[in-house]
Amino acid sequence: MVEQVTYYQALNRALDEAMAVDDTVFTLGEDVGLYGGSYRVTEGLYARYGAWRVRDTPISEGSFTGLGVGAALIGMRPVVEIMTVNFALLALDAIINMAAKIPFMSGGQFPMPLVVRMPGGVAKQLAAQHSQRLEHTLMNVAGIRIAVPSTPQDAYWQLQQAIRSNEPIVLLEHELLYFSKAELDTVQPAIPMHRAVVRRSGSDITLISYSRTAILAQQAAQQLAEQGIDAEVIDLRSLRPIDWQTCIDSVNKTHHVLIIEEDSVYAGAGAEIAAQLAERCFYILDAPVARHGGLDMPTPYNGQLEALSIPTLDSIAQAASKVLEGEAE
Amino acid sequence: MDRQLFHGMLKDMLLARSFEERAAQEYSAGNIAGFLHLYPGEEAVAVGVIHAADQSDYIVSTYREHVHAMVRGVPPRAVMAELFGKLDGCSKGMGGSMHLFDRERRFMGGYAIVGETYPVAIGLGYAIAMQRLPEAVICFFGDGAVNQGTFHESLNMAALWKLPVLFVCENNHYQIGTEIHRHSAVSDVYQRACGYDIPAHKVNGMDVLEVHAKTGEALQRIREGTGPQLLEMETYRFRGHSVSDPGSYRPRVEVDAFRQRDPIKQAEREAQSLYPDAQQLSAVGADHIQLFSAHLQQQDLINEQEIVKLQQQVDSIVEDAVQFAQQSPQPDMQQAWDALNCNRADEVLI
Ligand SMILES: Cc1ncc(C[n+]2csc(CCOP(=O)(O)OP(=O)(O)O)c2C)c(N)n1
Ligand SMILES: [Mg+2]
Repeated sequence: MVEQVTYYQALNRALDEAMAVDDTVFTLGEDVGLYGGSYRVTEGLYARYGAWRVRDTPISEGSFTGLGVGAALIGMRPVVEIMTVNFALLALDAIINMAAKIPFMSGGQFPMPLVVRMPGGVAKQLAAQHSQRLEHTLMNVAGIRIAVPSTPQDAYWQLQQAIRSNEPIVLLEHELLYFSKAELDTVQPAIPMHRAVVRRSGSDITLISYSRTAILAQQAAQQLAEQGIDAEVIDLRSLRPIDWQTCIDSVNKTHHVLIIEEDSVYAGAGAEIAAQLAERCFYILDAPVARHGGLDMPTPYNGQLEALSIPTLDSIAQAASKVLEGEAE
Repeated sequence: MDRQLFHGMLKDMLLARSFEERAAQEYSAGNIAGFLHLYPGEEAVAVGVIHAADQSDYIVSTYREHVHAMVRGVPPRAVMAELFGKLDGCSKGMGGSMHLFDRERRFMGGYAIVGETYPVAIGLGYAIAMQRLPEAVICFFGDGAVNQGTFHESLNMAALWKLPVLFVCENNHYQIGTEIHRHSAVSDVYQRACGYDIPAHKVNGMDVLEVHAKTGEALQRIREGTGPQLLEMETYRFRGHSVSDPGSYRPRVEVDAFRQRDPIKQAEREAQSLYPDAQQLSAVGADHIQLFSAHLQQQDLINEQEIVKLQQQVDSIVEDAVQFAQQSPQPDMQQAWDALNCNRADEVLI
């Protein structure tokens, strides 16, 4: 069945369906229960499944994420909601030292069917402590997988796949995407969790992005089309692992690459993508791989400065034109 | 009670209420954005505590800190301008509502990650103790914040090394939508301090006089070198958690019950009850008139006209702050870079 739903509703649907068929699935986090979730992802679930399966927690990110690890060790499928990635910094011990390591350190004895969901990114003037992104930190951690859905359909698929997986998976959502609406088809079989998708096909340049900037990249591609530039847009959907083949196939057509990320480009997600593509595509590239992203500074509260600190439609289109003119940033 | 002190505290409470209600309006008008956590209902805590502190004591607060900053002496203009994200804001428009800082006034910041105020406070306390200074640190935090590991870690170190820190819990019974009995196994926050042998008391946080007195006593003991103290201020926020939260998870009767205990009305009543009306005066026998007026001079704290005058004063302070914030310039990107690199002036990096 195909419906128009918001991103948060798609996540809600995925979680609800998983909880309905599998008693070992439970969710926990701050205000996920009675309140229905800060971004309404768990709306209605408390009434349906009760306090043990939809657990309101104290503000104890380190320990309740660790609780998820413990429960996962003996067969539960916890879906930990961290209110935003900024608070996940307090849970990194559980994610990096525990979830990512225990299956390996135990010589492969334990499953780790843990899902940790959290939104991040620049929203609207939430200031430096509330506008961060965590992909760069987590991408470097062997033992976890990272999904970055940009559409309701992907949010639905990837959360369901994450819950079914026996590996620890971090779902990075974006604060500005929760209320965006698009089609959700709950019948069509899901594509593999970490496969990248070509959102727009084109022949001049490949725009590679993920999460909210993937949406911006598609809009920028339309703008570029008016200038006679035919851009191909790849939504990575995942940052660990990354589907290189889809990227390489595209570069084979376009010979130009611009990577777009909201995070600071300095040691950001794009650094890994650029390095890999430079290695893998050197002889098919007509210009150096370029990156366009946020400024290398904490996010300012001031609205005008905040807007200037991250990529916009215009800045993406400009950066793409520059790559083609051979004068990358 | 010292008349001047009382007037100062009442004025600050009125200013707090007026400022916050206006901030909510400015938010709706689009002049303030992001998260805006307001303080109505809790005024007696910041006002009573900070009035009992010395100017040389440090204050560390949370994201709900506009009032703490103003009571400490940060000009309402600089606070409002910061909420507007303007250059004349106390953090130059870089921090916003949740991150007010004023080094000169020892206002050591608003922190928006729950549980950060404790380690900052014990760090300040450590530096003070190391240098054997007579200063103290006041560390604010909410009831929801006591379940963060840093609370326990910091209380332990503060007690272990006898650091001059006053921990002040603003217990408004809620961690956003989660009521205290649903987030804490022990809902009397002050009881937790006994695990670290830190003297602790519960205080009626709706009564500014009690808050002031209890804070004064605690600070006195801290200055004697006996180590940290903890006060749990029982209070209530009248509004939602932030302006985007309707607060609909709270029973109407509960909100109404606490509104009856509005700390500002309570302070006004307390003051006025000591000021006899004409009827009471005439009921006093002739012999007693002299005695009584002497007593009055000591006791009369405030009358109705004085309250009206104070209200007018604070309203014009708030109006002026808004005008100022509106006219203040936007910071530019260079100023943002300067803020980031403020500490590398003379260093050769590469
Ligand atoms: C580490 C962390 N987790 C979650 C949040 C989101 N959050 C902001 S305020 C808040 C509730 C805090 O409650 P309390 O400490 O009682 O303070 P109050 O807001 O009631 O003054 C939460 C969960 C946060 N800012 N930081
Ligand atoms: Mg609270």
